[in-house]
Amino acid sequence: MTTPVLRVQDLTVDFTSYTGGLLQRKERVLRAVNGISFDLNASETLGIVGESGSGKSTLARAILGLIKPNRGRVMWQGEDLTLLDEEELRQKRKEIQIVFQDPVASLNPRMTAGDIISEPLWTFYPNMAPLQVEERARGMMKMVGLLPNQINRYPHQFSGGQCQRIGIARSLVLNPKLVICDEPVSALDVSIQAQIINLLKDLQKKLGLALIFIAHDLSLVKHISDRILVMYMGSSMELSERDALYRRPLHPYTNALIKSVPIPDPKLAARVRQDNWLTGDIPSPYDPPKGCIFNTRCLYKVSRCETDVPALRRMEHGDWVACHRAEELDLTICQDP
Amino acid sequence: MALLEVTGLQVKFDTPEGEVQAVNDLDFSVKHGESLAIVGESGAGKSQAVMAIMGLLAKNGSATGKAKFKGQDLMQMSRKELNNIRGCEIAMIFQDPMTSLNPFLTIEKQMVEVITYHQGLRRGEARAHAVEMLRAVRIPAPEERIKQYPHEFSGGMRQRVMIAMGLLCEPSLLIADEPTTALDVTVQAQITHLVGEMRQKSNMALILITHDLAVVAEVCDRVLVMYAGQVVETGSVEDIFYRPQHPYTQGLLDSVPRMDRPADDELHSIPGNPPNMMDLGSGCHFRDRCSKAMDVCKDDPPLQVAQDGRLSRCFIAIENAGMDNSERVASGTDSAEDSTETAE
Repeated sequence: MTTPVLRVQDLTVDFTSYTGGLLQRKERVLRAVNGISFDLNASETLGIVGESGSGKSTLARAILGLIKPNRGRVMWQGEDLTLLDEEELRQKRKEIQIVFQDPVASLNPRMTAGDIISEPLWTFYPNMAPLQVEERARGMMKMVGLLPNQINRYPHQFSGGQCQRIGIARSLVLNPKLVICDEPVSALDVSIQAQIINLLKDLQKKLGLALIFIAHDLSLVKHISDRILVMYMGSSMELSERDALYRRPLHPYTNALIKSVPIPDPKLAARVRQDNWLTGDIPSPYDPPKGCIFNTRCLYKVSRCETDVPALRRMEHGDWVACHRAEELDLTICQDP
Repeated sequence: MALLEVTGLQVKFDTPEGEVQAVNDLDFSVKHGESLAIVGESGAGKSQAVMAIMGLLAKNGSATGKAKFKGQDLMQMSRKELNNIRGCEIAMIFQDPMTSLNPFLTIEKQMVEVITYHQGLRRGEARAHAVEMLRAVRIPAPEERIKQYPHEFSGGMRQRVMIAMGLLCEPSLLIADEPTTALDVTVQAQITHLVGEMRQKSNMALILITHDLAVVAEVCDRVLVMYAGQVVETGSVEDIFYRPQHPYTQGLLDSVPRMDRPADDELHSIPGNPPNMMDLGSGCHFRDRCSKAMDVCKDDPPLQVAQDGRLSRCFIAIENAGMDNSERVASGTDSAEDSTETAE
């Protein structure tokens, strides 16, 4: 097997906040990311899925070094990014880029599309000839499916989907090796989402990129990921090959996530969605449940789940799961009955 | 008689760049206890249509047309008359539950205000009623939680509060504008379920506005598809899902990612982008993105009424309407065949 380009080991991020008055100051610690580990190979896509508040974006930021992790390592091509200083890290960001969730808010409204796309070039190659920069920006626009003659337009003159294309062009202009996409389509119309997914897939094939694709549901991730990491309250619940995960999820939480995707078919919808697969909310992260953190919402809970924390362990066929009952449970998803 | 009957609704906005026609000649009706979905992409005018009916347009907006609710025209009402209907007979819930709740007031204050305003109950009674409603939308420990502020609730819980607040006066119509778009899928499932259940209990009519047809399948009886401010197709939920007539409806259906399909199937999207409403031009507004566009599409397609009462604004649909149904499927377009196959 090839050596992975990115190796995340036991990554943990805590946020500390203070409550109470000046005299009775109390410290509260929120563990946003709890001991996450995974490998990512060149030209591979890892999907990261979980509900809001499960720590997906914090994990992405910690990998990029935008947040300092409290523990763990981020090995990028054999080098630990958590040990680098600001300037060294900045240089590494040529190779690791990010696309944000809100395509409009992540673009400066006072800059033209061309300026936005070429800004990373000015930052990293200040001596590049202006003509060359513009040429490159036009080339990027063409690559992401925008008309190069719109280079002088401002973000508000583009639709949401087009703005996200600008965001993608900006992230690719430095020829990165890894692009982290933090919910890149959640803010877009369903009818436009697939355009962006297909674009990312094409670009990945063409440029040999590694991708981390973050999403809050399992429907779109299916079409772009090779492997999928399911997170809940900062922890890994399951890390599986895509096809295996959709055929037979190992963790009850993955199962619940699959079952909650609505089915666009009136006859099936009435039949399939009657079961309540996931009730209640995520518990308070300041006071996580004892034992398995998912036990308060799990349909398959046994007494052991309330006391013992299940470790993330490797199953026979190579997928990872953190559930005491993974062997005995058969959560096979029945296809259209 | 229809509960709400909207005819000839036009909504315009004055902007520094010129006038924008957000809604163009919209007709629709909702019967007692019926649920109607209004579907379309951002900018199609779905939200502005209901905002106009409710008298909630922004200052630069103006609306003409009729919106008869129980026989009275909402568009002719004074602000005071409207206030007696809004939040009482017609309730509305919005996409973002955080921005529609007042962050400075407890849930109790906000709920009690609705009841005392509309029903004139005393504080104690109003409070008891509010707690009861929170329990009905399954908020755990409602007596405790009613004393809390909006920020102490999760997104899903806040949307439950909004629904509870909307239902306080037993409205005969609930308008839900993208109620689950800001929520996780897991919570979306819970909320859609809840809305359906509440509707059955009280025989309340529902207008659900969304860009995602997947949500519609579970909750709605009828669907109205909008594009660039116009109706492009209406029909029962079965008609729309199994026998769509307009290529845009077909496009919206195809773009819903299906969990029950193989992962390597190509994901469909509608090519291009929603039109610029400042500069619509004439002819079918969808023709630049339509795979079946013909020469004739340069003319404005009329809104055609089929025998079964369905409407469609497309020349292809008009052509097909000339044949009987079996012929249409046999000689129809690829997508029409696909959809009938999946239906069976």
